[in-house]
Amino acid sequence: MTSGSQGGLPPASHSMQAILKDAAIWALVTLGLCFPIIAFRTDRDLSLQTSIDPRPWLVLFAVLAVFVGRLLWRLYAHPKRPKRVLFPPLDLSDRHKVWAPRIGLGLLLLFPFITLLITGQGGAIKWIDNFGVQILIYIMLAWGLNIVVGLAGLLDLGYVAFYAVGAYTYAIIATYVIPATIPVLGPWAFWICLPLAGVLAAFWGILLGFPVLRLRGDYLAIVTLAFGEIIRLVLINWVALTNGNAGIQTPRITFFGLPFTSRTGETTFADVISLPGTSAVHRSVFLYYVILALALLVAFVTQRMRRLPIGRAWEALREDEIACRSLGINTVNTKLTAFAMGAMFGGLAGAFFGARQGFVNPRSFEFMESATILAIVVLGGMGSLFGVAVAAVVVIGGIELLRELDWLKAIFGPSFDPAQYRMLIFGLAMVLVMIWRPRGLIASREPSITLNEDAKAISGAHVQEGHG
Amino acid sequence: MRWLRDPLLIVEGLTMRFGGLIAVRDLSFSVGRGDITSLIGPNGAGKTTVFNCITGFYKPTSGLIVLSTDGPIEPTAVAALTDSSHRYIIRDNTTRSGLFLLERMPDFEIAKRARVARTFQNIRLFSGMTVLENLIVAQHNPLMNASGWSLLGLFGADSYKAAQAAAVDVARYWLDRIGLLHRADDAAGSLPYGDQRRLEIARAMCTDPVLLCLDEPAAGLNPRESLALNELLRTIRDEHATSILLIEHDMSVVMEISDHVVVLEYGVKISDGTPQSVKSDPKVIAAYLGVEDDEVAEAEAEVGL
Repeated sequence: MTSGSQGGLPPASHSMQAILKDAAIWALVTLGLCFPIIAFRTDRDLSLQTSIDPRPWLVLFAVLAVFVGRLLWRLYAHPKRPKRVLFPPLDLSDRHKVWAPRIGLGLLLLFPFITLLITGQGGAIKWIDNFGVQILIYIMLAWGLNIVVGLAGLLDLGYVAFYAVGAYTYAIIATYVIPATIPVLGPWAFWICLPLAGVLAAFWGILLGFPVLRLRGDYLAIVTLAFGEIIRLVLINWVALTNGNAGIQTPRITFFGLPFTSRTGETTFADVISLPGTSAVHRSVFLYYVILALALLVAFVTQRMRRLPIGRAWEALREDEIACRSLGINTVNTKLTAFAMGAMFGGLAGAFFGARQGFVNPRSFEFMESATILAIVVLGGMGSLFGVAVAAVVVIGGIELLRELDWLKAIFGPSFDPAQYRMLIFGLAMVLVMIWRPRGLIASREPSITLNEDAKAISGAHVQEGHG
Repeated sequence: MRWLRDPLLIVEGLTMRFGGLIAVRDLSFSVGRGDITSLIGPNGAGKTTVFNCITGFYKPTSGLIVLSTDGPIEPTAVAALTDSSHRYIIRDNTTRSGLFLLERMPDFEIAKRARVARTFQNIRLFSGMTVLENLIVAQHNPLMNASGWSLLGLFGADSYKAAQAAAVDVARYWLDRIGLLHRADDAAGSLPYGDQRRLEIARAMCTDPVLLCLDEPAAGLNPRESLALNELLRTIRDEHATSILLIEHDMSVVMEISDHVVVLEYGVKISDGTPQSVKSDPKVIAAYLGVEDDEVAEAEAEVGL
């Protein structure tokens, strides 16, 4: 026990020489990377001649920055301190388990009024609609997809298809079918279409499920991806039904039959119930509570399902499909119910989306949406509803917040638009989070049934990810 | 000789071909009701293939696999069922028992209707679920009925709660039997190997089987655990009216507890009988021990090749 080797590390890794060598290697790698990327800038002048502008100082700066940074990292951050867990697993104690959800629910219920108090009427719509409603839509979608991916372990890359089915069900029935058949029901369109959208999306989920569910893993992912694209392309090209890329103007949501605004002089919500604020604020607050109720419905159903045989069969399917079959579980039906449930919730969210936007077109249902929803589920981790909700707030809230970074223009000049970089930052953040927490924010699983009161959550190390 | 008098399962002319390879060739044997039957043989003899055919994980190339849960297997009834397009007939609705043609049924139906449960050579537990959850999942089908295809359960019906409590009691009984009651709420994947083996047997038993197929249950167990396994298997046979078919290499288990031993080599049956008769069968000895080069002729003459 002489020179600082108590931790069992070879002393060589501490020596200045080794650290310098390590930093030099990093600097060399940077040099190699810089050469093709930033060493030369090509430009076209007015005569369309390409000119090459070498930038050796920039390269030198990058190499030096990496060298010094790595040196400092090795000297001060890495070798001396014990390895820290940056985000320890969220281990909710029993006391927290009881009242953390209640506080969360209370905050959710009061959110519109808190924002109204803080930002006043003008700013509140942005916060309630762009943040509150937008995030809740994604929470609902992610909770729906969570049944398929998180619980049943089936990788679905085309989830947005069911969202589209829901939205177009609302758009077509509310805009064309109801006015043409029973116009009296017009104001109730949303409430009639909501269950229909759920049923139709579930139907499409089953329809897709039948041919697809014999596939596993990567193959299933590719087929679902293709299905998502097929639905989108049909929406674009079936112009007679969907009006193609031009989209459909849909009726706005009503307060159980009472419109919030009216051009034709009908009785509006503000005429009947006199509340302070403009009709736009009323509508935003109402939309907020509708989507909150829908999301809570999904959460309630999912939590109940997890404690039912079907939910346990979903999780067992994720753990080991062959063992499921050896226990007499019909895996095809089990997968289909997972697909149908997930699709139904996606459809409900879609109908809401249609009523909220007042306009649907195929651009809203591109692959990027599926990827975002899947990213939220994976980031949330382990089929945990709480983790998925937090992930949705972080991802969607983060993307929306990046639009607010106008002060960055003071640093990077007026032509800098932070919103253009949001996907880049989003991607980087995902990479970092997945390195630090590969099993998502909640890296443990709550047992669905326990024998003893003091049962603990199951470590993510034992939980399988599912393979189709 | 119960396997001849009152067979629970008859395998007749079973052949399984994988492309050019014939893994099992024209195999016939029967499993006696209430017996422990061992299927033994050198590595690659086709034992697991036979298991996979019986439990529906493979569709046999040809052959007949008949299981009767409500009495002796009558050739006329089997012939009538074979000629029909049905996979099985339920002859007693209260006990769900009847006559089953296993080679026609998909794997999950064999477990669900014919009540044949199995374990796997490489343990297949739901490792991320608790020990208790593993045993509850095994009771999926009765619980599914009790939950009214999830609708009653979704609204928290009392009938479902009672059914679930009963399922927990069954699980508790088996956990007590295998000595894992204190670990009921731990992840199945966190158990030591020997415990996982016993848990897999308990999970199979929670499906309330008439025939339990165990694929090398003693693999990787120490001698003390092997003894405990013998005890467990005897209890299952004697107290639960469950017949057992097992693949095993550990002769201390096979000779100790078997009522009937079937020996396979290269997919062909070379011996069939009581443990004593099989143990002294020269074909079995040759297959298991091999013979010295200069004794080949002698040995071949002895086994009649």
